[in-house]
Amino acid sequence: MTPIITAVLVLSALSGLLTLLLLVAEFFFANYGECIIDVNNGEKTFKVEGGANLLTSLASQKLFLPSGCGGRGSCGTCKCRVLDGGGPLLPTETPYLTDEEQKTAVRLSCQVKVRNNVKIEVPKELLSIKEFETVIESITDCTHDIKGLRFRLPEGETIKFKAGQFVNLLSKPYDDVKEGTSRAYSISSAPSDNKAIELVVRYVPNGMVTTYVFKHLKQGDKASLIGAFGEFFLRDSGREIVCIAGGSGLAPIRSIILDMIDRGISNRKATFFFGAVSQRDLYYVEEFKAIEKEHPWFRFVPALSKDDSDHPYQKGLITDVVARNYGDMKDLEAYLCGSPGMIDACCKVLAGKGMPVDRIYFDKFS
Amino acid sequence: MDIQNVHPFVIFFAAITTNNILLTNFLGMCSFLAVSKDLKSSMGLGAAVIFVSTFTAPINWLVYHKLLVPYGLEYLQYVAFIIVIAAFTQIIEMVIERVSTLLYLTLGIFLPLITVNCAILGCALFLVIRQYTFMQSIAYGLGAGTGWALAIAALAGIRTRMEKKSKVIPELEGAGIALVITGIIAMAFIGFSGIVRIN
Repeated sequence: MTPIITAVLVLSALSGLLTLLLLVAEFFFANYGECIIDVNNGEKTFKVEGGANLLTSLASQKLFLPSGCGGRGSCGTCKCRVLDGGGPLLPTETPYLTDEEQKTAVRLSCQVKVRNNVKIEVPKELLSIKEFETVIESITDCTHDIKGLRFRLPEGETIKFKAGQFVNLLSKPYDDVKEGTSRAYSISSAPSDNKAIELVVRYVPNGMVTTYVFKHLKQGDKASLIGAFGEFFLRDSGREIVCIAGGSGLAPIRSIILDMIDRGISNRKATFFFGAVSQRDLYYVEEFKAIEKEHPWFRFVPALSKDDSDHPYQKGLITDVVARNYGDMKDLEAYLCGSPGMIDACCKVLAGKGMPVDRIYFDKFS
Repeated sequence: MDIQNVHPFVIFFAAITTNNILLTNFLGMCSFLAVSKDLKSSMGLGAAVIFVSTFTAPINWLVYHKLLVPYGLEYLQYVAFIIVIAAFTQIIEMVIERVSTLLYLTLGIFLPLITVNCAILGCALFLVIRQYTFMQSIAYGLGAGTGWALAIAALAGIRTRMEKKSKVIPELEGAGIALVITGIIAMAFIGFSGIVRIN
């Protein structure tokens, strides 16, 4: 018995001693005290506990930089300019920064540690990114696997976004899923409707957040949304536009069209091709038909790929339908939203018809 | 000759050449193969290994001879050594990060990698098996680290040159050809065995 006790005691003593050493070292060396983060030259200042990276420090103050990998330095999206106090550029950042960015002090915020006062510059829009504690105003069944949700923002709050951008919907733990998580969904409502957010969610079998939305969320429930993010929005070029979407990809296009109406943009022709499998996959048809009637610049073209019954819509794959409707497309620009497969196929068709690749904007739902 | 009477300098020299921990014992292979793609990062990792092995060898010597042996707990050496190495690298990382950003950039980012480097643990185990004295264990730690660093720098140099100048058959690309090169360097190091040999 004694040898076992000695062994346990000695090993515990050794571990204890080393832990103590670590704690002492941490107290002396990893304690950076309170640091001040200055955003956009005094527009906002945050007091944070030093030692964490810039991305999480900012998130703790509700300033959310876009991040795909959660701060592991593998996606390169959490860029911002660090004007002062960021320390030297790390080798873990260089692969994600162009020469131009390196010269202008652009850094990956997840790799910059806050050790002293820091001055940073972020795009103005990011300052309007907030977490909203919303209440679900309504849930409608759009099709057999798509639901439309309307979230009411708290009293007195508004959201500012560009039509086409997305928000992250946070799920809470349910059933066997022990942790909450988040997924991005495009906003389907117009920016002018700024006291609420509408999303279109398509059910993904075993999807963590879609299962939460379909099986657990009810009217009147609370839900958190963070946004708005994204580079998918209408460019002010004055060109005729072609929108192509499938499934829940209709959401950002709806927002863009509603926004064009609100802003009175009637000098740009817009055609919306909506691809579905059969009639049961169509939704918001009445609404788009009504817009088409009222606004001569807009045309709505639903197309069904596998429905040979008698219906008023176009037949065939959405790519073929688009190709049938246009000759030369070199003066147009396109907005695509849907599955990666659909987008890649559409890009090929559009490029084949002479549309420059840099004028095809898309949002891939993967 | 009794091992205790060997001058620490001889142990240091032997650990670099004839008893090179990487080329004769093939320890620390994973980071050796992974980081040897370019010279700069391999030198950084090499320097970090020298640093950690020089310090952990005498600490582990003390833990073994002053703590484990008196209580007859030699069988716990693996656990004890790993705890010491892990804690030590953590502390060093904190200190370096605070003291010098430049040093942190060259050494610090490799420290977590070294915690699980078997060359460091092997170094601690060898000084027990070979019954080194305290001074000898410092020399051995420094020598083993230096030997490891030299080997990775040599391999990195060769790999960078090969990438530019030679064609490797696809089946051997990457780790395959690196292992073949390592074998050839290891054979070359046998040439040192006429100079000094410590067992």
